[in-house]
Amino acid sequence: MARYTVDNIELAREIIGRYPRPKSALIPLLHLAQEQDGYVTDEAMAHIAELVGITPAEVLGTCTFYEMFKLEPVGRYVVNVCTNISCMLTGGEDLLHHAEQTLGIKAGNTTSDGLFTIEEVECIAACTESPALQVNYRYFHKVSNNDFDQLVADLRAGVRNDIPPHGTLGLVRQHIPADRAAGVALPEVSVEPAWMATKSTGAGADGGAS
Amino acid sequence: MTVPQIITGRFDLPNSYTIEQYEATGGYQGLRRALGMTPAAVTDEVKTASLLGRGGAGFPAGVKWGFCPPGVWPRYLVVNGDESEPGTYKDRLLMELDPHQLIEGILIASYAVGCSQAFCYIRGEMALAQERVAQALNDAYAKGYIGKNILGTDFSVDVVMAWGAGAYIVGEETALIESLEGNRGMPRLKPPFFPAAKGLYMQPTIVNNVETLSNLPWIVNNGGTAFAELGAEGSKGTRIFAVSGHVKNPGVFEVEYGVTTFRDVIFGEQYAGGLHEGRSVKAFIPGGASAPWFYEEHLDLPLEKGTVDRAGSMLGSGAIVVMDDTTDAVKACLSVVKFFAHESCGKCTPCREGTTWLERILKRILDGYGRPSDLDLLLDVADNISPGIAWPPKQTTFCPLGPSAVSPLSSAIGRFRPEFEAYIRKGMQQRAATAPQVPINTPAAALATEGAGSHG
Ligand SMILES: Cc1cc2nc3c(=O)[nH]c(=O)nc-3n(C[C@H](O)[C@H](O)[C@H](O)COP(=O)(O)O)c2cc1C
Ligand code: SF4
Ligand code: FES
Repeated sequence: MARYTVDNIELAREIIGRYPRPKSALIPLLHLAQEQDGYVTDEAMAHIAELVGITPAEVLGTCTFYEMFKLEPVGRYVVNVCTNISCMLTGGEDLLHHAEQTLGIKAGNTTSDGLFTIEEVECIAACTESPALQVNYRYFHKVSNNDFDQLVADLRAGVRNDIPPHGTLGLVRQHIPADRAAGVALPEVSVEPAWMATKSTGAGADGGAS
Repeated sequence: MTVPQIITGRFDLPNSYTIEQYEATGGYQGLRRALGMTPAAVTDEVKTASLLGRGGAGFPAGVKWGFCPPGVWPRYLVVNGDESEPGTYKDRLLMELDPHQLIEGILIASYAVGCSQAFCYIRGEMALAQERVAQALNDAYAKGYIGKNILGTDFSVDVVMAWGAGAYIVGEETALIESLEGNRGMPRLKPPFFPAAKGLYMQPTIVNNVETLSNLPWIVNNGGTAFAELGAEGSKGTRIFAVSGHVKNPGVFEVEYGVTTFRDVIFGEQYAGGLHEGRSVKAFIPGGASAPWFYEEHLDLPLEKGTVDRAGSMLGSGAIVVMDDTTDAVKACLSVVKFFAHESCGKCTPCREGTTWLERILKRILDGYGRPSDLDLLLDVADNISPGIAWPPKQTTFCPLGPSAVSPLSSAIGRFRPEFEAYIRKGMQQRAATAPQVPINTPAAALATEGAGSHG
């Protein structure tokens, strides 16, 4: 485990190929590692470094800036409860306390069965649907204590197939078909795009005059 | 005149996010029309529309597009879908419910500006938005709307979906670019790193918000003039406002920009429906957590950029958060300050240290360990981050995040000072009544002693 599987190497190469600079693929590649293993392992970071052509330290440097990347195993379900202003005004803190009590852990921790991790998070862009939470980045709006208990029961019973294990984000991946691709625009290749050159000689030259 | 739903019109349709529904409701007609115009003519329509950026700063989109230095190629388009300013909820909906409208906007902008590649950066936590945009991109490629020789013309551009991993600061455009380059998401200094001049890979780059771009299909289809007929003064067209907090029907509403008032969207029956029984407005945030607070007397101001700017705040990201008279101003202030302290990227000292101290001092006031000098201390720290604590804010920092933490503080202390003083007084009385005066071994006590010698 931990280095990319053969399939994921393939995917990683495809992702890298979409960017003018390989390092730009770093965040998607770290997500791919997290999707594979549930968290980002040292071996995965070393593998990413090889594929991208940078050092493992550079990968770690980027990785540690972003809160979604976990360097240690977390629960199968990461429960993120928002306590920012809109949620705070409408019961977000109570919801967090209820979650902590129900699962018997403080925010930032994982239940001993490895099923749940609770996190207190900043605004998740569901402010009119407060209090809001996410489970593995899937939204739950206007969550009452009862809703929360039901959700936990369902997750325990394994009947929420719509929520994949921690690490998996969107279930659809972008694929650019080879015969349709325009290709990456390398910064060092300075050519005026065809449609600009033919249709207007000075479209970009108006310097904001208005 | 009925106000059209320019960007939310498909939200209630079944399968609004599919290419079939999009094409059945006029989708990609704006792109076709744009391709029949010169790029300069498309830019002119957007200038005529006076479309202001919807990401926070409210800069006119058409004017920004003109800032790319002539003759420097390639140019890039970067879509800002990092929505995470507390109170803000619109870009996620636009991506989840109408991703093709956004994609069409991206294509129109790329065509007009001459961008050879576009990157659509979606906030990491938004799994469904990523899924819907990825599906929409795949379908649009298959139909020839994206990629090589779009719709048989010489216009070619790839739209690449990128996504983040949890960091509010990456919404700031230069931090977004750093993140897209695979780096820690720390802002660059402006000048010289204005994206239009030196952006992604140091090339000219246009960064536009999701909502801004989502307006483009309508503008191209209906003309910039039709767009500019809606709204008032410097705020044209329609705009989405999210009304949250202590209201009966919190919601996301597309309203005519510039003329609709705060009172309309907070109290209107078709909008947020007013406050709960017997409650009154204590304060409201007019434009996201970074904005100074407004009060009862501001309710009749129109949602118009210039008017709100002159009144001392901003419409920012279109996020209105209502606090009724049950709200604890000190707690609300701490909530917002804590957000900025947590999200500070740490690049500059006044923001990194200052926001941390603001949070700690506010926390100790709430915990009953505040001192009479703490309000002055708070304002002094704030003054180090944003000299003069004025509006619009000055900054000693690389980016506006630091000064953003000052807005709630100066608002809350300015308006509700007695509430802060009451906390401090009560805490002091309680401690005077008990001995030892400073409890040992509590974090708050440690802070109280530690902070004592550090200032003045
Ligand atoms: C701290 C900070 C956070 C920001 N967050 C966002 C954001 O989440 N989404 C966004 O579109 N713009 C955000 N902005 C504004 C962007 O820097 C930029 O102005 C905007 O994306 C430009 O697009 P527009 O002209 O279409 O509005 C933020 C700015 C700052 C200073
Ligand atoms: S102001 Fe704060 S968030 Fe902005 S660059 Fe400085 S430390 Fe980072
Ligand atoms: S404040 Fe909780 S989702 Fe925005």
